[in-house]
Parts: sequence; structure tokens; C-alpha cells
Amino acid sequence: MSFHWAKPYEPKHPLARWLDERLPLPRLVYGAIGGGYPVPRNLNYFWNFGVLAGFFLMIQIVTGIVLAMNYFSSVDGAFNSVEHIMRDVNAGWLLRYAHSNGASFFFVAVYIHIFRGLYYGSYKAPRELVWMLGLVIYLLMMATAFMGYVLPWGQMSYWGAQVITGFFSAFPVVGEPMRVFLLGGYAPDQAALTRFFSLHYLLPFVIAGVTILHIWALHIPGSGNPTGVDVKDEKDTLPFHPFYTAKDGWFAGAFLAVYCLFLFFLPNSLGHADNYIPANPMATPAHIVPEWYFWPFYAILRAFTVDFILPAKLWGVLAMFSSILLLFFLTWLDKSPVRSGHYRPIFKRFFWLLVIDVVLLGWMGGSAATPGRIAISQLAAAYYFAHFLIILPLIAKFEKPLPLPNSITESVLHGEKQESAPAGSTPRASTTAA
Amino acid sequence: MVRIIAFFVGLGFAGVLLLSFFFNMSDFLRHPPEATAESEFHLEHKHLALASDGPFGKFDRQQLQRGLQVYKEVCSACHSLKLVAFRDLEALGYNEPELKAFAKQWDVADINPENGEPVTRKGTPADHFPPPFPNETAARANNNNALPPDLSLITKAREGGAPYVYSLLTGYRDPKTYRNEKGKPLPAVNQPPQNLHFNPYFANLNLAMPPPLASDGQVTYADGTRSSVDQMAKDVAAFLVWTAEPKLENRHRAGIATLIFLLLATVFGYFAYRQIWAEAKRKVRVTGPLEAKNQAKSRSAKSKQGVKG
Repeated sequence: MSFHWAKPYEPKHPLARWLDERLPLPRLVYGAIGGGYPVPRNLNYFWNFGVLAGFFLMIQIVTGIVLAMNYFSSVDGAFNSVEHIMRDVNAGWLLRYAHSNGASFFFVAVYIHIFRGLYYGSYKAPRELVWMLGLVIYLLMMATAFMGYVLPWGQMSYWGAQVITGFFSAFPVVGEPMRVFLLGGYAPDQAALTRFFSLHYLLPFVIAGVTILHIWALHIPGSGNPTGVDVKDEKDTLPFHPFYTAKDGWFAGAFLAVYCLFLFFLPNSLGHADNYIPANPMATPAHIVPEWYFWPFYAILRAFTVDFILPAKLWGVLAMFSSILLLFFLTWLDKSPVRSGHYRPIFKRFFWLLVIDVVLLGWMGGSAATPGRIAISQLAAAYYFAHFLIILPLIAKFEKPLPLPNSITESVLHGEKQESAPAGSTPRASTTAA
Repeated sequence: MVRIIAFFVGLGFAGVLLLSFFFNMSDFLRHPPEATAESEFHLEHKHLALASDGPFGKFDRQQLQRGLQVYKEVCSACHSLKLVAFRDLEALGYNEPELKAFAKQWDVADINPENGEPVTRKGTPADHFPPPFPNETAARANNNNALPPDLSLITKAREGGAPYVYSLLTGYRDPKTYRNEKGKPLPAVNQPPQNLHFNPYFANLNLAMPPPLASDGQVTYADGTRSSVDQMAKDVAAFLVWTAEPKLENRHRAGIATLIFLLLATVFGYFAYRQIWAEAKRKVRVTGPLEAKNQAKSRSAKSKQGVKG
């Protein structure tokens, strides 16, 4: 595991030695996120978001456990118990807003982390399993977030549950029985609420478990880096501690400040007003919209309006699931031997087109469905699938990548600003190396 | 193989999407959507500035007390305020005897502790505001089948929040004479049906609630403020911001403190990071043959010797 120059754990204190001989837990931590984990020295700030995501998982688990002490998972009591938390529980408002905005910022961190992976080819050998385990975490997060949003039992909770479990009824024959089985009834009700609460409490610990696998799998080849060039010798790396703990530390402070801006001053801006109305199965809200982190997928779902062989709804549901599942196959779709998008001129352009495309899909998914917006989501969704399934394999085949630097150290010598400039270019800052 | 399958899957999804796009567009061009009365006459809410706005916002307690008075004398005839207890009104600046006296003015449903018969008794600070109707059916029966929503969370449960509430309360217009910004009168087909009231700030323009604040001076304020309709609407909107978010001031205070702490921690963390990395940057700085001036030397030496490259 890791590189041969990784510093071994050497306990100094007799108590640490005593512990190390019996339960080498400090050794494990030292090797995972301490001085014993050599990391490429040229990571940029996009490499901070994995740690941040882990941080938010912890915030969510801690606030969630305390919230669960005051929450009451019954269709008659859930809404009022949330308001009880907001009004009567000591610092309950802080816990609840920290949890609801924490979910959003967890997704912000994870989305940046995922797009980092897409740009720098983190899904390529030898990190395929790191990528796939990450996708598993992402899927678990989506399930957890959806069920968490149902718990306050407001209008959007109820109708969101109705719409999302309704996806299953799109499948012929097995669909409807499956939906009824999942909900424990024909519509979201007490059975659904209780099981969602139970699963919402369970899944974060599953996420934590898969996160350990994700980090474990990462530590075998070690972290990637912006050049995508493999680590060659000790000069290319720095120990995680203190170098990256310091870098992650101050950046976490800055990111948390943005999170706190929302938590304390715009706590409801990422939610929906309708969820402050208690769930009412008799009154459908004018616009049923999921939380912002689901908007791109919601846009894909709504984009299918034609019954072509299969019913439009089934197309939408299949496409929505496929839009994430296809990411599992990226390693085999993009066969370019170059990892980093820096050295892939054509890939780079299409990557930014994809970013714009996904943002556009999100925007369309979040607003009311008018024919014009549906038309835009149709084109954007078509590009999404074409990008991954058709364009990426073709780029890999025809693109001529730029020359790679010989080593990470060489790329760093270009100067800090151009850490990952192509080897062939003559960066401005090269003289500063002297 | 994966790429061949992917190609056809991608072609399938993209193809059906483009097909959907063309059908959607041709449908759109053949039947362009008509302008609805809502799209022509619905208005965005007016601007309302309250003391509780912004990161340093605090409640104007005098205004909240006036708003409470408007709720008590006007709104409470039809709207409940279930989530608020009389004891919570302490935050509005009332002391304990005042709270007890205020609670006493309300009748609360209870049971006789001796025989379990339903009775009403005077309220105590521990009670919540009693609802005006015992249940939804009674509420609808008394309001032309419309249900007056509970007001506890109303400023958070409506897009636009307090400014929306204020706009709605002051937004009733005579549908016969009303003209929108373009000077267009409300067509006859869109005139409100019986028992509905025209209000351009309401999503579908017609509201079951009759204008609650009908005339200036409807409420005689205890603090002597002139009670114009506009003033009453503002005050009750401010009060409903408090009922929806009673811990707003704690939140703002805690937020400022947290941000100051985080910014300091971030700045210190940043300097620590710079200091730690300075060492790494020194280490990576080239000395020896890779150094630029040494490379130049070696180049010139080579060229002197006539070696290419």
C-alpha cells in the first residue's frame, strides 16, 4: 500500500507504543490521513472537496442524531415536532437549519468533487473502484436526502414522495406492486413515513462505511493529481500531514463560512415555501419541485414527452436512472490514456460544454414546466447522453493529446501559477524557478 | 463492446429526446399558449422593509405588539395561530402579569377535571392561541367552504414572505374599474365569481377572504400610532414574521459571532498553511543542473563545443 518512502508510524510515548502493540488504531490513522500518507505535491484546490464532503457527512450525522431525539415520525405529529424543534428545543433552530442547509452544502461539495473527477480523469486506471465507490456514495446520498426531505411531512415532502415513488409505477407489470411495496400502502402515509425515517437514520452510516472503502481504495494507488502523471519518486510527494491538513484546514474554514452565511442569514432560500404547509393529500401544490440537487435529473425525467415504442414516462424514468448509471462505465467509455483534461484540448472544450449543459438542465428542472423550458431540457438532456455515450469514446479515439510533463516535480517547476501547464509551453513563471 | 452498446443507448436516448423536441415544438407552433388572466393581471408583491430584515435585523417590539393587536382584533376571527403559545409573547416585551392578563382574554377548550365534560376556561400563559373554529369542517362551513389557513408560519409558507402578506392585505381592488399596467381592464369572463374578491397579488386573482383591513382606524392602537390600512398591514406582516421565526434574533446574533470566529480561524489557518508550505516550496526549488542559469551555462558550453541540442 502506498509508496515505499511513506514514513512508518513510530510511536514515541510508551503509552502509544503499548497501544500500538495491542490495537494499532493510531497507526491506521497515521497511514490514512497523517504523516504516513504521501500525496502528490501539486494538488490544486479542487482536491479539497473530498475532505469537505467527509466533513459535511459528519455534520449531518451529528445534527441528525440530535434532531432525531426531538423528532416524532407520525403523520399527525411530524410537522409539529419540527416546529417544536424550531421553537422550544434549545438551539433547535440551529440544529435544524444546520441539517437542512448541511444537506445542500454536502451536495455542493460532492458535485465539485465529482466534476473534478470528470475533468482530471479520476475514473481511469488504477482508480476505477475509487470512482465507482464514490458513485455508490452519491446514490446513497440521493436516497438519504430524498427520504430526509419527506420527514417534516410538509406539502413538498408529501408530494415529492408521491412523485418519486411514482417513478416505479412506470415499469410495466412489476412497477405498481413494487411502488406499493416500497410505500407500504397505495399513497405515502404512516407506513411510508416511519420506514423513511428508519432508513434515513440507517443510510448515513452505510455512507460512512462506503466512504471508508472509498478512502481505502484510494490509498492503494494514492491520490491523483492535476497533471495525471504518476508519482515517480519521493520528490513528487509531500506527507498528508502537515501539508494537506493545513491546506484542507484553512479552506474548510472558508467553505464553512459560506455555509454559515446560508445557515444563519438565508436558511430557507434553498428550500421551498410549500414545505411550511402541513402535508395535505387533498391539495396538490401548483409546482412540485424537488430540492435543487435533483433538478438536472428532474429535467431529464420531464424531457421525454413522446410515446416512442415505450411510454414517455418509462423513457423518462429509464433515462433518469441511466444518467447516473452510465457514470459507472466511464472507464471503458473514455479510453484516452491521458488522465488530465489539461492535456486534452478537445476533451476540455466538451467538458465545459457538459458543465454548462448540467447547469442548464438544473435550471430547467427547477422552474415550472413551460413548452419553451421543456424544449431546452430536451436538447440539453440529448447532449448529456450524447456527451458520455457517443462523444467521449470518439474524442478518446481521435484526439491528439498535448505532451505530458515528465514528472510532477517538473510540472511544479513551471511555477506555482502554472503547476499543470503542458510541458511544451513556455510559461511566464518559469524564470521564477531560478 | 461497451462502447458499441453505449453508442446505441446514447443514440436511443438522444434520438427519442430530439423526437420529443420536434413534436413539442410543432405542437407549440401550432397551438401557441394563450395569455391567461393570471399572466396578464397577476402582480409581483410590493416592497416592504422591516426592522427584522438583513443580517443585523432585530424585531421592532412596538410594531410586533401593534401587529399582535391587529391579529387579535381582526385576523383571529377566522385564522388560527396554533404554533404560538401565550408565554411566547414575552419576546414581544410583555411582563408576566401582562401575559396572564392577555391570556385570560381568550377562551380555551378543556375538560372538566371532575367529570370529563367539555368546558371552556380562561387561557393561561401555557396555552396556545385557541383556534376560532373547532375543526376544518366548521371553519369551511363558516367561510363559504374556504379554509382560512393557520397563520403561524404564513410568512415562510408563501413565496414572497412578509412583503407578500402585506401586498395581499393592501391589494384588494375593484374588479370593475381595475386596469393593469398596460391600461387593460379585467375582461368580463374573469370577473370574480360570487363570494370571491379580486386581488391582483393573489396567484389566481380571486380570493375567498374579503378585505380584512377595510378602513383606517379599524384598530385603535394602544401606543397611539395612527392606524391606517397600510400601517396595520405592515404591523401584522411584521408580527407574522415573528410568529414564523421567533428565534430570528438569536439566529442573527449567533450568525455574526460564528462568522467572525470562522473568518479569524480561516485567516490564521491560511497563514499557518503558508508557513508550512514555505518549507515545501523551498525544497522543490531547483539547485544544480536543472536551475535556469546553469541550464543556460550548459547550453552555451555545448554550443561552444559545437554540440547540437
